[in-house]
Amino acid sequence: MEQSTSKIIGEPMNRVDGPAKVTGRAEYAGDHQVEGGIAEGFIVEAPAAPGKIVALDVADAEAADGVVSVLTYKTVPQQKPYGSPEDEGRFTQSHAVLENDRVRHFGEPVALVVAETLEQARYAASLVRVEIETEEGVFNALDHKDQAEKPDSVDGLDEVDTQDGDFETQFSQSTHKLEVSYLTGAQHASAMEPHVTVAQWDGETLIVHMAIQIVASAVSAYANTLGIDEANVRIISPFTGGGFGSKLGVHNEAILAALAAKQCGKAVRVAQTRRNLFANGPHRSRHLQELKLGADASGKLRAVRHSSLASMARNYPFAEAPASPTRASYAADAIHTFHRMVKADIPKVDSMRAPGEAIGTLTYETAIDELAEMCGVDPVEFRILNEPTQDPTSGHAFADRRLLDCIRTGAAKFGWSGRVKPGSRMAGRKLVGRGMAVAIRPNTLSPAQAEVKLAADGRLVARLDMTDIGTGTYTILTQIAAETLSMPASQVLVQLGDSRFPETAGSGGSFGASSSGSALLDACAKLKSALSERLTESGVSANAFAMKDGRVLANGKRIELADLIGAEGLSADGAVDPDNHAKGQADYSYGVQFAEVEVDADTGEIRVRRLLGVFDAGRILNRKTARSQLMGGMIFGIGGALLEESLMDDRFGSFMTRDFAEYHIAVNRDVPDLEVHILDGYSEHSNPLGSKGIGELGICGAGPAIANAVHEATGVRVRKFPVHMEDLLDRLPAV
Amino acid sequence: MKPFDYQRLETPEHLGHVEAGRFLGGGTNLIDLMKHQIETPDVLVDVTRAGMDRIEERGDAVLIGSQVSNTDLASHPLIRRDYPVLSSALLSGATQQLRNKATTGGNLLQRTRCQYFYDTARACNKREPGSGCDALDGLNRFHAILGASENCIAVHPSDMAVAMAALGAVVVTRKRDGTEGRIPVTELHRLPGDRPDLDHVLDEGELIVAVELPASPPRLQSYRKVRDRSSYAFAVVSAAIALDLEDGHMRNLRIALGGVAHKPWRATKAEAMLEGKMPEAALFMEALEQEMADAEGHGHNDFKKILAPRVVVAMLRELTGLGGN
Amino acid sequence: MANVSMTVNGRSVSGQCEDRTLLVQFIRENLGLTGTHVGCDTSQCGACVVHVDGKAVKSCTMLAAQADGSEVVTIEGLASGGELHPVQAAFREHHGLQCGFCTPGMIMSAVDMIQRHGGRLDEKTVRQELEGNICRCTGYHNIVKAVLDAASKMGDGTKVAAE
Repeated sequence: MEQSTSKIIGEPMNRVDGPAKVTGRAEYAGDHQVEGGIAEGFIVEAPAAPGKIVALDVADAEAADGVVSVLTYKTVPQQKPYGSPEDEGRFTQSHAVLENDRVRHFGEPVALVVAETLEQARYAASLVRVEIETEEGVFNALDHKDQAEKPDSVDGLDEVDTQDGDFETQFSQSTHKLEVSYLTGAQHASAMEPHVTVAQWDGETLIVHMAIQIVASAVSAYANTLGIDEANVRIISPFTGGGFGSKLGVHNEAILAALAAKQCGKAVRVAQTRRNLFANGPHRSRHLQELKLGADASGKLRAVRHSSLASMARNYPFAEAPASPTRASYAADAIHTFHRMVKADIPKVDSMRAPGEAIGTLTYETAIDELAEMCGVDPVEFRILNEPTQDPTSGHAFADRRLLDCIRTGAAKFGWSGRVKPGSRMAGRKLVGRGMAVAIRPNTLSPAQAEVKLAADGRLVARLDMTDIGTGTYTILTQIAAETLSMPASQVLVQLGDSRFPETAGSGGSFGASSSGSALLDACAKLKSALSERLTESGVSANAFAMKDGRVLANGKRIELADLIGAEGLSADGAVDPDNHAKGQADYSYGVQFAEVEVDADTGEIRVRRLLGVFDAGRILNRKTARSQLMGGMIFGIGGALLEESLMDDRFGSFMTRDFAEYHIAVNRDVPDLEVHILDGYSEHSNPLGSKGIGELGICGAGPAIANAVHEATGVRVRKFPVHMEDLLDRLPAV
Repeated sequence: MKPFDYQRLETPEHLGHVEAGRFLGGGTNLIDLMKHQIETPDVLVDVTRAGMDRIEERGDAVLIGSQVSNTDLASHPLIRRDYPVLSSALLSGATQQLRNKATTGGNLLQRTRCQYFYDTARACNKREPGSGCDALDGLNRFHAILGASENCIAVHPSDMAVAMAALGAVVVTRKRDGTEGRIPVTELHRLPGDRPDLDHVLDEGELIVAVELPASPPRLQSYRKVRDRSSYAFAVVSAAIALDLEDGHMRNLRIALGGVAHKPWRATKAEAMLEGKMPEAALFMEALEQEMADAEGHGHNDFKKILAPRVVVAMLRELTGLGGN
Repeated sequence: MANVSMTVNGRSVSGQCEDRTLLVQFIRENLGLTGTHVGCDTSQCGACVVHVDGKAVKSCTMLAAQADGSEVVTIEGLASGGELHPVQAAFREHHGLQCGFCTPGMIMSAVDMIQRHGGRLDEKTVRQELEGNICRCTGYHNIVKAVLDAASKMGDGTKVAAE
């Protein structure tokens, strides 16, 4: 379909990568083939931890059919110390594996078996004998509250703690007081494509095909781990099969593949199995969140205190900030927020879709619902009543806040008519309840660069090291280039995921589209003005022009591009600098979610019947991909409320729910009647495109809307997530 | 996977002539277990092409070949008409693609889904006799409340077998020496006792050739699977019920429970209390409480003691027309 | 070692592989057809679905030897002459894909479903029968629309409006 050249950004254009993906032609990292073949690496996991390897026998494995090499800490090529250099971030520091005889956590690799085929490697891996002398470990923060510390920093926020206003006084003087604590479970991002890397060496140069969200930081991680120049690392990642935070950084298989390729002198693929992933991939840790809320008789918030306790992996600096939404959602006379962490001997804890907000809105928006009920105020009205005029903690002006528009639109579209007495609405043997909650997620902009090159035949190539992890990057960047240069989208070719392309911050934190899109916008604008100059030089003075099929159309004239830009074409570089945008302003994306659930009156089984979200994410770059991002987030939210939990056996520090039969993510039938509404918007301060982050917004608020609906259905408040039938079973109303 | 020799059985009569090994049906469970080194056969005998893939009506019984796929069995007109509880149980298990591959015999012989059985770093008497049971004091939400032992609290994961238990099905086998065996489905699986490594009573090399369903099953049938998500999840608890109502009295009542024991659990105590009686809600609950008298929880699965009776009572009310209240 | 012969996407192929070679590995490594993906390795996610003798199966939990003599169709075998299969076209049009990793398996399951049900498919059946295909992104909503639209185009039902 030929797109109109006037307005393309925002149009529901079909994915440009659609044909490749529906025919199986899209090449994911594990699909990469190498001339001369690829050896397969299989990870041998530590059966216990923390501790020390006291025996490691690889003789049987080495003797097994097809085995090329077995890497252990005794034989692995030289690496820089894990975590160095200390002053760098977690995604770029050394990620050394098989470093020494120490085992930090359950499932950490103690060996890599490389063989000609996967089954040979898998079997030989089972022949490696390892004995660990274990020490007492810390696995669950709740069992070690005495070791809680204030972390150096928390994810996504400037301050670890905030204390605005006099909490004690405001709380003690409140008419209605709520004091509750919630448990949220550990979760794994569970992208459909497991972590996989194909590595090979070309002399001093490491060439890597990997599943990754941020190419540039992975280059640094390889350089810092292997002690080589960044210029000698080439990463190629044109398609990534989902990330949700889990592919922000490199993981064990990535480094192992590079080391094994060096050791074996040939290309090596290491694919984590789904089981591996629950120990060798990152996870969201369990949290205890304590909330104290106070309101006056009318339902106006006076005091808010939100403190969070969780585990962080020892030697890996990441602390999630569930109190993030609490700082920015509602006005109150005093808001105090705290984050405490216990260092634990567990697999890597890191970002998972909407870190902070996903589980922060889950608890805060549930607590707000409880407080509204105590105050006798409708939950929709309660939120309107407590709408702030400036950022409640920083005091900054809002860059763009239309939360009340979302709430009012949502209430009308959902048909919200106030709450009914909990446990009183039935349909057959099902108890039916409704609930709502607010979605909020900080909007950020990251530095990014882009280059464009226009050829004389009218084709434009845009290059960035940005990734498309499923969000639709290829498509929105195509739209941005086509609209800016007034040319058909079909003549734009966007190339991504190569470390040789200009650097961006990649995909993560919902900043990908705005950041890389703004850089591309800049590059295209520069190309356009350069072309304008050429036009002027050639005697055509035009304020506006369009391009098609190698011709420029200006002032009713058709000029051959070749005559303007010659055979060498015309190039331009662009960039975006976050310091120039939303300075001193509080910048967020917003939304509201309404849910209807049914609870089986006999068994307590919970199913979502209806989910409706209204969102404001500034300017929408592609209505089709944007809707899908929001829907996907909302369904993710069903998982957070009702299904997903990585259960750890705290005696061993090992996750036990290590496949999709145990770790439940929503299946197709779990998807209810689903509605997504997006407000038209343009957030002028946020970035040159006027867009805001959308990839994580949909998950925020979905879980608490469902939990609040479960309460209305049953009268039961469950303060642990996910909510299961047994949490309700013996408290269901007798009907 | 450990290297093995793959062979095919041409017909059941050739059983004595192939090397002794593990039988391979659809392989949807066995091959996974082989990947994890939980099953390490030297010889794999593929029995799917041995002609045991027909469903035949024989006067007093319906004979289901052991290699009939779960999909074909669930969608067979005769099964849908006379044995809807079986069709419904089959369709509630696994997924379309697995049901296409999984066989009747293989479904019966699938192994437990206990996470400790699957995790070779953990102690499991079923996987490694004498190593202990980490599930006992571990994460045991899905585990047994009936008939378990201190050695094993695993449950049998099949839905199909629960329905077959309620239908009084009989497993027909053939041994290597050519003799035939007949085992009621309810006696095919063992309770764990001190040998949890043995799931069933079949001899080494004994092949399930068919499953026989008695003709004229009870008219009222129902299968219900309680689970965490809307589909594609193992049963927290499931139940299959078959009965007739004659002049308002319950006859031929059979109740089988899934997700509560090492085998499909026939609620014989409850059946005995209810057989011949008029439907009555209080009586239902009393009978099920009686059935659960010996039930024992292990922490995370305590709720099944409440859940299982509730599920059966709700089903009985619906089947007998008592309705919700 | 096993000598395995089968028809893949209409082409006769044969090769030698170890008895323990999985069908998905045979397809990806021996035949180079990498559109069939491995997402879980334990037959739970559906990314590896192919058709064996006309039925959708999970190729990660099946031996290549089990498929000996069979007719296998993979995602690469659906489109003909550069023209997308109606199900592929519908997935694209209705945005039934995001990261795309589950897409080949999802499409293969959908084609099998439509072949069995024809134009009689409804939303409930589609959701039920796609239970073995997990999409984490998650595009379930649009996937169902795509399947229903393709089913109606392949049969003679009504068109489903794209969103």
